[in-house]
Amino acid sequence: MAEKPGKKEKIPRQSMPEQKPDVRARNFEEVPFGLPSEAAILEAQRCLQCKSPACVEGCPVGVDIPGFIALVREGKFTDAISKIWEMNALPAVCGRVCPQELQCEGKCIVGKKDQPVAIGNLERFVADYERKNRLAPMPKKAARTGKKVAVVGSGPSGLTVAGDLILKGHEVSIFEAFHKPGGVLVYGIPEFRLPKEIVFSEVEGLERQGVHLECNQVVGRSVSLDELFAQGFDAIYLGVGAGLPTLLDVPGKNLIGIMSANEYLTRSNLMKAYRFPEYDTPIIRGKNVVTLGGGNVAMDSARTALRLGADVSRIVYRRSRAELPARAAEVHHAEEEGVEFHFLAAPLEFKGNEKGRVIGMKVQQMELGEPDASGRRRPVPVEGNVYDLECDLVIIAVGAGANPLLTKSTEGLQLNKWGYIVADPVTGKTSKKGVWAGGDIVTGAATVILAMGAGRQAADSIHDYLMRGW
Amino acid sequence: MFKIVNRKEMAQGTVILNEIEAPLIANKAKPGQFVILKADETGERIPLTMANTNPEKGTITIIYMVVGKSTARFKTLKVGDSYMDVIGPLGKATDIEKVGKVVCVGGGTGVAVMHPITRANKLIGNDVTCIIGAKTKDLLILEDEMRAASHRLIVCTDDGSYGKPGFVTEALKEVLEANKDIKMCYAIGPVPMMKFVSKMTKEYNVPTIVSLNPIMVDGTGMCGGCRVTVGGETKFACVDGPEFDGHKVDYDELFSRLASYFEDEKKCMEEYCKLAEAAAKL
Ligand SMILES: Cc1cc2nc3c(=O)[nH]c(=O)nc-3n(C[C@H](O)[C@H](O)[C@H](O)COP(=O)(O)OP(=O)(O)OC[C@H]3O[C@@H](n4cnc5c(N)ncnc54)[C@H](O)[C@@H]3O)c2cc1C
Ligand SMILES: Cc1cc2nc3c(=O)[nH]c(=O)nc-3n(C[C@H](O)[C@H](O)[C@H](O)COP(=O)(O)OP(=O)(O)OC[C@H]3O[C@@H](n4cnc5c(N)ncnc54)[C@H](O)[C@@H]3O)c2cc1C
Ligand code: SF4
Ligand code: SF4
Ligand code: FES
Repeated sequence: MAEKPGKKEKIPRQSMPEQKPDVRARNFEEVPFGLPSEAAILEAQRCLQCKSPACVEGCPVGVDIPGFIALVREGKFTDAISKIWEMNALPAVCGRVCPQELQCEGKCIVGKKDQPVAIGNLERFVADYERKNRLAPMPKKAARTGKKVAVVGSGPSGLTVAGDLILKGHEVSIFEAFHKPGGVLVYGIPEFRLPKEIVFSEVEGLERQGVHLECNQVVGRSVSLDELFAQGFDAIYLGVGAGLPTLLDVPGKNLIGIMSANEYLTRSNLMKAYRFPEYDTPIIRGKNVVTLGGGNVAMDSARTALRLGADVSRIVYRRSRAELPARAAEVHHAEEEGVEFHFLAAPLEFKGNEKGRVIGMKVQQMELGEPDASGRRRPVPVEGNVYDLECDLVIIAVGAGANPLLTKSTEGLQLNKWGYIVADPVTGKTSKKGVWAGGDIVTGAATVILAMGAGRQAADSIHDYLMRGW
Repeated sequence: MFKIVNRKEMAQGTVILNEIEAPLIANKAKPGQFVILKADETGERIPLTMANTNPEKGTITIIYMVVGKSTARFKTLKVGDSYMDVIGPLGKATDIEKVGKVVCVGGGTGVAVMHPITRANKLIGNDVTCIIGAKTKDLLILEDEMRAASHRLIVCTDDGSYGKPGFVTEALKEVLEANKDIKMCYAIGPVPMMKFVSKMTKEYNVPTIVSLNPIMVDGTGMCGGCRVTVGGETKFACVDGPEFDGHKVDYDELFSRLASYFEDEKKCMEEYCKLAEAAAKL
């Protein structure tokens, strides 16, 4: 059907201005600059203000998307942030890192025929506007209840619990193992995708509300859960993430220059090794880098390698392009920056030199066979098709597991067969009285917004418990 | 912030002792456990074993050798200065059981790490022979403390400038020959020393525990940087160790992996020395 003449001209999806690929691939500044206000208002006009909005169903925490977009359209950016905050405490983060194409934007009705409304970019715009101008009133705190809650881990899930419970009038202390708060947002996701200043400003906001933050506390070693109860905490939330690296069991796996993405990214992000020697922590600056895996962690690693001076940065992934689990925007950015993709390829062996440093790897060509339990077609080796890749740094980004440090040292905490904590899917209650859990340590490595959603539900349940009982 | 309340220089200023206020850690720590320290905002996270703890005073003691930029930076901290971050206690505590005769072998700064283990062995009622070594007399540390912590002490220097001339392994051989009823050996020091001690105790069938010092980042089992191969299996020294069965450790791999950042560290140290010189001229 042809467009009727005289119809109002369609507004195209407003794109965010961003650094040019060849420039940004060599610096750690954030890639997109964010939407200018005029563009945000234009973008907001693309929203049809649906009566039963599909986008909201796609958002795991149910942000009132048409509600806040209507306010953006009127230029009421401060009201818009208050609207988002009702459901989401970390919009500056989510706007940047949610896989919108699978969530809110994936459901947006405009997306059926055109590009969906840029919900993530608008959310980010509103949050950045507030951070710059600080006009929105802080949410009000309820009267003190005299109850004390310990939150273990300061990732998105722990931060959400802390933020919710402090508003409900409880005393909240966060215990974080690292010397800085933020979890994966700080040690994993790189500066060029999520400036650390944003995370720290969110944490500062919580501290201003009265949340007590204790870094350098490895719960399970520095202090146990039972000791926390003995110290007078009435409830404990475990949001310790999925901090266990998966390494590969192939010959040469312990050569110098083969490391987990956790180590590589922690050195670069948390320890600021990209500013070595101004910062003391070193990092291997490979010229010829291979990253194994296909998720966000792999994209972040391969793009970090470019910024640390790699001539070639390759991603070796055992399935095909269609199965890449990373956010679409990250794959797109990685390609633009010159990351090379080797699909349907799996490592067979790493080769080293006389100093024990990696110099290359053997790769097995794969093809997609029958679907496996997950419904995805399983990659199977193509007989006789093996090739060599030169490399001086290999980053392993093939997934994470449950770190046993806390869970194995805590009695009465039920774990599943992979070591994740068993928690009620609605309340987050664990098998141990007074203890809740949520985020990656329950679901396995997932997303920021799911970890926050679990935190929100647990906070409600903890509040219930503190006011009424288990 | 973690304040330094006492500081000593040993071995011609190459080894430094810091007693640090850290009451929570002092309360919890057991022999064999370590802490991770960071001096300031730009600092590296450095693992060091606790050589002593004083729960009443709320302090821990570390003894470290100045080898690179971070430990050189630590050396500049005076009494009253503070470390920005101290994390711990980390790692597993040493298994100490009443077994009879034991021998403790310490080399270099490994002697500091050996001190609490030696003392605990004596306290539990074991008969403790202690062998400590250094390259030369001036680099020897904690001689008096080790003598007090054990029943008998043998001191060795590589160059023969003090005590028995030669490596600790030579003294160990004599001890093992003379005491066929030694039940346990602890060995802590440079990787080659632990390797050769383990080789020898294996011949004599004496179970041996070593404390490994791979490069670490988080110290909580999160990064895998500290992985070592023990009995053919990958172990994370920060959570599964740092102590392991000395007869099963792949020392050559550990030795090679310790050199991961050799060039970078050298560059970092050179720049630091240049800056320090420039500052001294001002
Ligand atoms: C490199 C990378 C990129 C990613 N990119 C995206 C993305 O683009 N979009 C997205 O939605 N998701 C992304 N994810 C996934 C997302 O970051 C996680 O799902 C989310 O952070 C999980 O939150 P959490 O609060 O459960 O745990 P975490 O963020 O892992 O935080 C857990 C915290 O607990 C601390 N801790 C652990 N053990 C202890 C202990 N014993 N005592 C005290 N503290 C402890 C840890 O130090 C950490 O700070 C990415 C993950 C990684 C690693
Ligand atoms: C669990 C554990 C406990 C430790 N306890 C002690 C202790 O009680 N006292 C003590 O003096 N040291 C101890 N170490 C070693 C100490 O952590 C290193 O000497 C320190 O990290 C060096 O930092 P740097 O920046 O000064 O030197 P760098 O600049 O990092 O290194 C300088 C030189 O030392 C080598 N080196 C680097 N790391 C190590 C290492 N881990 N071990 C040996 N050589 C290394 C490098 O190859 C380089 O040649 C321990 C290590 C571990 C893992
Ligand atoms: S929180 Fe994430 S999924 Fe929800 S609206 Fe915002 S960007 Fe979309
Ligand atoms: S589905 Fe799309 S058009 Fe409809 S309200 Fe949501 S964002 Fe607006
Ligand atoms: S130091 Fe990272 S796992 Fe041991």
